[in-house]
Formats: sequence, structure tokens, C-alpha cells
Amino acid sequence: MSTAPDIATHAPSLPKEHYLNATRGFKSWALTVDHKRIGVMYLVSVLTFFLVGGLLALLVRLELLSPGGMFEQKTYNQLFTMHGVVMTFLFIIPSIPASLGNFFLPLQLGAKDVAFPKLNLLSFYIYVLGALMAIVAMVVGAVDTGWTFYTPYSLTTNTAVVITVLAAFVLGFSSILTGLNFIVTMHKLRPPGMTWFRMPLFLWALYATSVIQILATPVLGITLLLLAAERLFGVGIFDPALGGDPVLFQHFFWFYSHPAVYVMIVPAFGVVSELIATFSRREVFGYKVVALSSVAIAIIGFFVWGHHMFVSGQSEFAGTVFSFLTFFVAIPTAVKIFNWTATLYKGDIQLRTPMIYALIFLLQFTIGGLTGLPLASLGTNVALHDTYYVVAHFHYVMMGGVVFAFVGGLYYWWPKITGRMFNEKLANIGAALMFVGFNATFFTQFLLGFKGMPRRYFDYDPEFHTLHAFSSVGSWILGLGFLVALITLVQSLRKGAIAPANPWGGTTLEWATSSPPPAHNFIDTPTVTAGPYDRSHAPTATAGRAAA
Amino acid sequence: MNFINVLSAFFWVLITGLIVYFTWRYSKGNKEVGPAHNTPLEITWTVIPTILVVAIFAWGFKTYMSLSRAPGDAMDIYVTGQKWSWSFEYPQYGVRTTNELVVPVGKPVRLVMHSSDVIHSMWLPAFRNKMDVLPGRTTTVWFEPGEEGTYRFYCTEYCGDSHWNMKGHVKVVSSEAFQAWVEENSKEDTTTPLPELGAKLFQSKACFTCHSTDGTPGIGPSLKGVFGHSVDLADGTSVVADEEYVRESILQPGAKVVKGFAPTMPSFQGQLSERELNGLIEYIKSLK
Repeated sequence: MSTAPDIATHAPSLPKEHYLNATRGFKSWALTVDHKRIGVMYLVSVLTFFLVGGLLALLVRLELLSPGGMFEQKTYNQLFTMHGVVMTFLFIIPSIPASLGNFFLPLQLGAKDVAFPKLNLLSFYIYVLGALMAIVAMVVGAVDTGWTFYTPYSLTTNTAVVITVLAAFVLGFSSILTGLNFIVTMHKLRPPGMTWFRMPLFLWALYATSVIQILATPVLGITLLLLAAERLFGVGIFDPALGGDPVLFQHFFWFYSHPAVYVMIVPAFGVVSELIATFSRREVFGYKVVALSSVAIAIIGFFVWGHHMFVSGQSEFAGTVFSFLTFFVAIPTAVKIFNWTATLYKGDIQLRTPMIYALIFLLQFTIGGLTGLPLASLGTNVALHDTYYVVAHFHYVMMGGVVFAFVGGLYYWWPKITGRMFNEKLANIGAALMFVGFNATFFTQFLLGFKGMPRRYFDYDPEFHTLHAFSSVGSWILGLGFLVALITLVQSLRKGAIAPANPWGGTTLEWATSSPPPAHNFIDTPTVTAGPYDRSHAPTATAGRAAA
Repeated sequence: MNFINVLSAFFWVLITGLIVYFTWRYSKGNKEVGPAHNTPLEITWTVIPTILVVAIFAWGFKTYMSLSRAPGDAMDIYVTGQKWSWSFEYPQYGVRTTNELVVPVGKPVRLVMHSSDVIHSMWLPAFRNKMDVLPGRTTTVWFEPGEEGTYRFYCTEYCGDSHWNMKGHVKVVSSEAFQAWVEENSKEDTTTPLPELGAKLFQSKACFTCHSTDGTPGIGPSLKGVFGHSVDLADGTSVVADEEYVRESILQPGAKVVKGFAPTMPSFQGQLSERELNGLIEYIKSLK
């Protein structure tokens, strides 16, 4: 094949045997070591927790529509805590890496599985255990600390803080083991010809993410253990009444939690690179720069945690250094956006559903990135810190960025995972609702922050009411958008058209095998002879066979 | 701030404009092949943002330094943050207030702050300054009241149930009005009838944040109809709410905690005169 295939021309049919029907029964899933099945189980889990976290968010917005009308202040504080903990630890950290990453890392690499398949299953069960602990602790124990567990409040509140932080501790191990597995896989299981610079950008992003997971997560684990030890045994580490230092907790916490935001966003960068390359029908502009900027972000991201603490009482000198370093995360991030934009130039752009998500990602993430500048700058941060401006910035990056990329990636790879196409019209209606709803909900919050609305407030001064009401109504439109997306996917499973091996005209290796792939991914070990987005070497649509 | 916003808006319009234009231009079928990279262009779009962010940093640093350093002639006011109210003490004048700060116009004010429980944060939005308030440490924040008026301050570090209600006002008044206010507040009130004095204190000491007077339980028990009746305590015993019990609950709130409530009330030992205590007792008696 010398020309890039667009869409398979022959009428597709499902392959006779694939990973979904290779073995049957509950045990074949519960004890599977197939990275694809584990990826699907993660997918179902993270989407479930996204639903839970989303419903909690709707309740938070409902309360803010008419404060005191529905919930008491205590309940409100528990609601935003649960929303934060569920979304951060149960959804967004594992979201892309554990679900799409698990499924597509070996496929894009051209490997049969990850390096340690049993460890991969163990990670999943550790995740399930941690998730159950977190849910039980929060529902029964009514934790009200916010997802950040700041001391000494978290040491004094009369709620189930210990079990919740232990849940986060357990979840951390799942994250560490997955990261470890991914790194070893990329080092050891590359097929002939798959050099580092022939790896798709999604894999580079997963590599950078895994490094952060391995290096940063243990620090969170230790911190949370110290917190538990202090609560259980009265060891004075963070509580000044026992001779501890409460700000030390913030340093430890953000030493993990700042790099953790890159665990969330960097995989999204990877997804967006794939989408833009495929649907622009060309190579990613400046491939090496985009690949290495993920690594640069991962490294610089370790040295900026103090920017969460400019007014915490840390020294002015520390604040200054952290502010200066923070601006240098902006550079590789800006460069990525420029490169994606340049990839569109002289492309042959296909406005399919996943691409629409990628474009929305670009618009929203750019707002998220630029609104980080006033937060990185010391003088303006002092005014904006702990206001709705921060809430809006964070959600533009995490929701407007990561979640939109995740949904775009899910639509992109859905035919490969399930063997079914979906109704693109319906999917696009969902995307439009999500776009309108998201911006109505969160752009309003920038304005609230500017006007002086503090965050984590159960009730507010009357002048903020109009904007709060607008934001709450926006959240309903956003929720409706997700409902339409859910309907699209369910409908696809029930009666979607059979997907060909390469429905979008992708050039990376996962499109060289059938949809859904066979249990061992490729019938012959692929041999790689060109870069990931080289359209003259794109995989053919021959089901079940690897490109030569 | 405007500089950053204008710059951000410019870049957003530029990037969005290009994305929209390229998407429109190249989504109708294009056979040309775009460049895989362009080194001069890439260096340009790396170097220019680098210069810009260093400029933003330098400007932010300058502002931050002026926000951190109070002028030498600033008036010091001591601040205690506690769940969920702010206490202020004017050292030169012997005046204490709760949730209300009265300052003369034109004179820089430095707040010397500590917390008696968890971390709080003093935010003065109109003066663009903010600083966390920590237990076991002293932090400061300053502002210059340029114009007369009433401005808000808030707690902006989440501190539990009534975090949202831990707020108050800065009243900026003329220096004559400030002197008069100091005169009025620095001497002991010996004329207001006791129940009225108690009602005033109930507001100014922010007792109402936790204790309602209409029977609805809040952070603490409602004080309606409590006096003279038996109260069930957390340790299983009960006590009749008489003058001595009310007095003890104000000065040593942890001694006899009402059943169903957490022992979170701060002590008011040393903050109330004998007459003021009697005023509060009389006021609570009157809540039938």
C-alpha cells in the first residue's frame, strides 16, 4: 500500500474471534490478564465515578442557586469534599492512563500486552479497594475537609478523615504500579523498528505521566500516613498544639498534588495529538518538540508546588522562586498549542466527532492556560488566590481540557474497543451542549472571582446571585450534554454499525489490527519502518494483520 | 492585571482565530502537504513567550514586594482568627472589636495576626491583599485605606462549618470620626441597661454566628428559653442553666458541653468585663 487509506471500502464484518469473545464468563473477566479487558474494566469504573462526581457537582451548583434552601452548611461542605475526592482520586487521575492507556499502549506500541500483565490486574483490584474505602468513608463518615485535607483542620474535624486518606493512600499504589508497568513496557516491548521517535505522541505522554506517578505518588502516600498517624496516635507533625507545623503539610501535599495535575493533563495532550494528526491527515508539526515538551512539563512540574502557597506564610523568597519557575511550565505548554495549531495548517481536515472534541479542547485549554498567568504572577495571585477565579481556572484545565480530550479519545477509539460505530450526529449534538454548558458554568466563575467571591462558601453576598444562578443553569446544560453522550454510546453498543479496522484513517499501529482486536493484539509481530504519522506507511484496513 | 488580561486576550484571539481559520480553510479538501516543522518559526514562538512571561514575573514580583512590606508609620492592629469570627485589638487605644475594623482614612494599617484554632485567611478584596492566619505563628498583612467607606473582608481558607460566615467590614472614617469612635469604645459602658448591653455584645462578639435566638440549633445550641431550665450534657449528666452556668459557658466553654454539640466554642476569658458578662446573662435570661 503506498497511499493512505481513508475508510475501508469493503463492507466490514466483526472478526470471528476477538478479545471480547475469546473466553467467556465472569471469571474470564475477573481473572483476566489481558490489558484490553483490564482497560475496559477501568473504563467502566472511571466513567461510573465520573457520573457520581458529576451528580455531586450538580448538587453543589443546586445549593448555590438558592443557598440554604436545600442543604445545611455541613452538608454542603461534605458535598464539595466528596465531589473533589471522587473526581480527583477516583476519576481524573486514573481516567485516561488507566482506561485508554491500558487498552492502547500495547496496541500503539505493537506489543502483545503490557510487561507485567498480572501486576496490571493487581493495580485494578487495588484501585477498586481504594475506591470502595473512599466511598464508604465519605458516605458513612461525612468527611468535610475539602479534597486537600489541610491541617490542622483535618486533624480536628470529627469526621472519617483517617479512612479517607488511607483510601487515597491505597489508590496511590494502583497509580504507582500502573506507571511502573507502562515504563517497563515502553522500554522492553517495542517491536522491531519501533524506535523512541517512532512512538505515537500518546505513548510519549503516557511515559511522562508514568514518571510523575512513580516519583510523586509515594510522597503523597507518606504524607497521608503521617496525617493518619497524627490523628490516631497524636504524633506531633502538623499540629502546632503538638509542636508540629501545619504549613509543612501543604508543602508535602502539593509536592505530589501539583505534579498530579500533570498526571491528569499530559495524557490528554497525548490524546489530542493523536486526534489532530489523524483528522488533519498529516504529521504533527514539530513531532519531536511535542514529544519532548511532555517530558519537560513533567520535570519542571516537580519544582513549582509552592505556587499554591504564596499567601500561606511560606517565605517571600520561596514564593518568588516558585513564581519564577512556574512561568517556565507555561513555555512548553504554549509551544504544544502552537504546534497543534500549525498542524491544522495545510491539513486535510475531517470534522468528525473526535476532531470536534479536539478543537473544543484547544479553545478551552488555551483559556485555562492563559488564566494561569495571573495566578502564577505573585502580585495578582495574592488577590485571586482562594476565589472562584481559581475554581474556574482549574475547571477550564481539568474539565474543559482533560475531560473533553478524554471524551474525544473515547469516541476516537470506541470503534476499536467495541467494534461498533456510533451516531455522529447525536454525538455532535452532545458535544455542542457540553461546549455551551461548560462555558456557561465556568466562564461565569472567572467573573465571580474577579468580583470577589471566595471559594468553598455555602452562602454569599446578594450581588453575586445573578452570576451564581447563571453558572448553575449552565451546569444543567453541561449535564444534558453528558447524558446525550451516554445515550450515543449505549445506542452504539446496541445497534451501531460494524466498525472496520481503520474507520478514521489513522496511521498508528492500533488501526492495523481488527476492530475489536484479537486476544493477542496482532497476528504477526508488527515491523515498523516509518514515523507514527507517516501517511505513506499507514496501516492498511486488512483486518487482523499488522502493517509491514 | 490589565496588562496580563489584554495580553491573554490577544493570544487567545490569535490562537482561536488561527484554529478557526485553518479549520474552515482546510476542511474542504486539501491536497497540499503542510511543513513537518519550521525551525525559525518554532524558535520565535518559544522565545517571545519566554520574554513575555519573564516580564510578567518581574512586574508581579514588584507588586508582591509592595504588598508584603508595610510602611514604617503603619498603625498596628492585633487580629485573632477563630472558628468563626475575627477579633481585633487596637494596642494604643485599648479597644476591642469583633468582625468590625474601624480605621482612619489615609493611614496605613498593619494587621498582626494569629489563629487560635485552624488555618484561616484574611482577605481584603478592596485592598487586593490577603494572608493566611496560622495557629502557632504570626503573619501580617497591610493595607492603605485611601477613601472613606465600608469594605468587606472574608476568611478565604476553608475552616469548617461556618467558614462562609467568617467575614466582616472595614469602616474607613475621617480621623475626627475615628478619634470619637475610640473615645466612645475605650471606656467602660456604665450607662446602657444590662439586657441592652448584652444584646449589643451578642451581635458585636458574633455570638449569633453559632447560637440562634429563635430555637433553631446551629453550630451551638439555640439560647431561646434555655435559662432556668435543665440542660442535658454530653457526659450524660444534666445541669440547670442558671447565672453561674451561663458565666462558666462563656469563660470556659469546654467545661460543660451540651449534648449533641461539638466542643468548638472559643473561650472569652479576659475579653469581657464583669458588667459585660452580667449584660450577657441578663440578655440570655430575656430570651424566653
